[in-house]
Amino acid sequence: MSSEAKKPQAHSTMPNNKPLFWNDPEKRALFFQALLILAVGGAIWIIVDNTLANLEQRGITTGFDFLSKPAGFGILQSLIEYNEQESYGRTFIVGLLNTLLVSGIGIALATMLGFVIGVARLSHNWLISRLALVYIEIFRNIPLLLQIFFWYFAVLRALPTAKQSLSIGESVFLNIRGLYIPSPVFEAGSSIILIALIAGVIASFFVARWAHKRQDDTGQIFPTTWVNLGLIVGLPVIAFFISGSPVSLEYPELKGFNFRGGITVIPEFLALLVALSIYTAAFIAEIVRSGIQSVHHGQTEAAHALGLPHGRTLKLVIIPQAMRVIIPPLTSQYLNLTKNSSLATAIGYPDLVSVFAGTTLNQTGQAVEIIFITMAVYLLISLLISVFMNWYNKRMSLVER
Amino acid sequence: MEKFKPLPSLPAPVKTTGIVGWLRSNLFSSPLNSVMSLILGYIVLSLLIPAINWAFIKADWFGTSRDACTSGGACWVFITSRFSQFIYGFYPETEYWRVDTTFVVLAACLAWLMIDHLPWKKWVSIFAVFVFPFVAYVLMHGGHFGLMEVETHRWGGFMLTLVIAVVGIAAALPLGILLALGRRSQMPVIKSFCVVFIEVWRGVPLITVLFMASVMLPLFVPQDITFDKLLRALIGITLFQSAYMAEVVRGGLQAIPKGQYEAADALGLSYWRSMSMIILPQALKMMIPGIVNTFIALFKDTSLVLIIGLFDLLAIVQAALTDPKWLGFSTEGYVFVALMFWVFCFGMSRYSQHLERKLHTGHKR
Repeated sequence: MSSEAKKPQAHSTMPNNKPLFWNDPEKRALFFQALLILAVGGAIWIIVDNTLANLEQRGITTGFDFLSKPAGFGILQSLIEYNEQESYGRTFIVGLLNTLLVSGIGIALATMLGFVIGVARLSHNWLISRLALVYIEIFRNIPLLLQIFFWYFAVLRALPTAKQSLSIGESVFLNIRGLYIPSPVFEAGSSIILIALIAGVIASFFVARWAHKRQDDTGQIFPTTWVNLGLIVGLPVIAFFISGSPVSLEYPELKGFNFRGGITVIPEFLALLVALSIYTAAFIAEIVRSGIQSVHHGQTEAAHALGLPHGRTLKLVIIPQAMRVIIPPLTSQYLNLTKNSSLATAIGYPDLVSVFAGTTLNQTGQAVEIIFITMAVYLLISLLISVFMNWYNKRMSLVER
Repeated sequence: MEKFKPLPSLPAPVKTTGIVGWLRSNLFSSPLNSVMSLILGYIVLSLLIPAINWAFIKADWFGTSRDACTSGGACWVFITSRFSQFIYGFYPETEYWRVDTTFVVLAACLAWLMIDHLPWKKWVSIFAVFVFPFVAYVLMHGGHFGLMEVETHRWGGFMLTLVIAVVGIAAALPLGILLALGRRSQMPVIKSFCVVFIEVWRGVPLITVLFMASVMLPLFVPQDITFDKLLRALIGITLFQSAYMAEVVRGGLQAIPKGQYEAADALGLSYWRSMSMIILPQALKMMIPGIVNTFIALFKDTSLVLIIGLFDLLAIVQAALTDPKWLGFSTEGYVFVALMFWVFCFGMSRYSQHLERKLHTGHKR
């Protein structure tokens, strides 16, 4: 009781500097946050209310039951068994796998092409660097969708028919129906090759550790790369011949009006893959260039002064430092490529958006659930790629002491 | 003894000057380089000569139907005979002047703001932000002041591309600034709301956003409200782009030294005053190249609206290609669209590089 009476006494010499209620930052913060919660909550409530009323009026059921109903439509390309009697849930898986396939191969191709163009851009040869510049400026400034259309409608549609296919060595054929390449056939005993491959990888891991330790102890450098390459490639090749070559190739053959056998790559996939890789490579090239340029030339000079040869300077000094600058924007390009693969729907490649948010949505009308699932899947892919790349980034980043 | 007289210095060796010197240092500096230059030069010439031949020398430019294309090269008649449709879509021909006026005024405003040393920049920008949008809407949509009403489903072609891009960026910029400020806010609820909003829109493809806008937005509002298709696309694009814009703005805000924030606090400025008078002007100046880049991305992305059935430049050319009278001219059509987009995007990227050099002043030592 007495303390309460004392308190104002202590402050009596100073003016009352307690802010007014609406000027107190803490209370104002609480007020604004409460306001936001109310606004967002209210908006969601109104949206849900309207949506339910609208769905009821149109006679659309809600829920995820439709996933187990038979789909009844065919899909151009599927990596797993699929026929028209399978469920809508299966169409989702087929679409997702197709999206992952085209993005995975696209990322690999775009990275390789992008690194080559990016390094070429820095070449001392005027012609090479100019060509790289022209490539970058052309493909970066034209909409991706237009590039996909160009490859699909203007290039692949202009290819000859099956009878007059373009061919490489009578084993790879290209015509208006797609690209036909030989497929491997695994016969009995081919598992030995796989075992040899695994053994080679494990052995190369130990060789690398031993070489590292030897360099620490004696300072001598062991040609790890070549020995490991020999192990990983050589062991399976030896196993292949010892076991009596159990893997053979099945070549595509023209029978009637079409090719039989081998692997068929549909033109939709080709057009999408080519456009995605070429478009993204232009961006990656610029990232690579800026990464390499960010490493100070003094680093190269210092490495040469220490007596490192050119290749080792690149591998040990320049590239690790450039990678630190390259990786974060490279991650965004991988994400962009994966998201851009959804443009497949414009030319009918059966990716997630085309199959699930396209055909399945049109047949079932369950827009809310399907759009929600589709967006959630892309979000998840984005998160996974960025988590992985962040982990890689952290591993590569500068250790500051 | 004779006085020492220096001889005039000799000219540089022929090997290092002029065309020969340039060729030696740039194309033939080593055996490997020479081989590469020769091979690449051969490939370039063997591609370039037929291309120039096709596009210019053997091309047909004038006529009204495909019968005019007899030279075996590019048939630009396809483009010239449909040019006005590619630019204005299905806008009535007698009303083209309205679209032209709108874009001339917009271009004049932008040019006024871009060119240095012109007076009244403040008034021009106030006009561009607060007056122009209403003028543009009344002019293009009509229905008032005796102007014929032209519904948005008749808009198309390059005009629609520009409308979507300009409206998208103009709406996304303020929203993006608010989101970026929210993301850096101390208030946990506001911060997490902004983080979730930004990350969700950035994590999904624009196509799914457009699908959502076109399929789900009508479900979100009461039955009796009908949503214009163009408006739905614009809402989707704005939400999507505002997330990207927010990240650009965040970068700008992070680049402002902490001392500036502290100085603003020390002056006793309130949050909004310190932001609008101290922080944002500096941040926006640094962000202009980033904003231009976002605008380039948005400009290219406008082509996606064809998936939800709006006829932008790409869609209208694509539709023209399926016209039975003009089958087989897809290359000409795509080259035309590519050239239109390329000129705009390349011009903007050059302008942003120019700005980067111009604005690189205060933080350079």
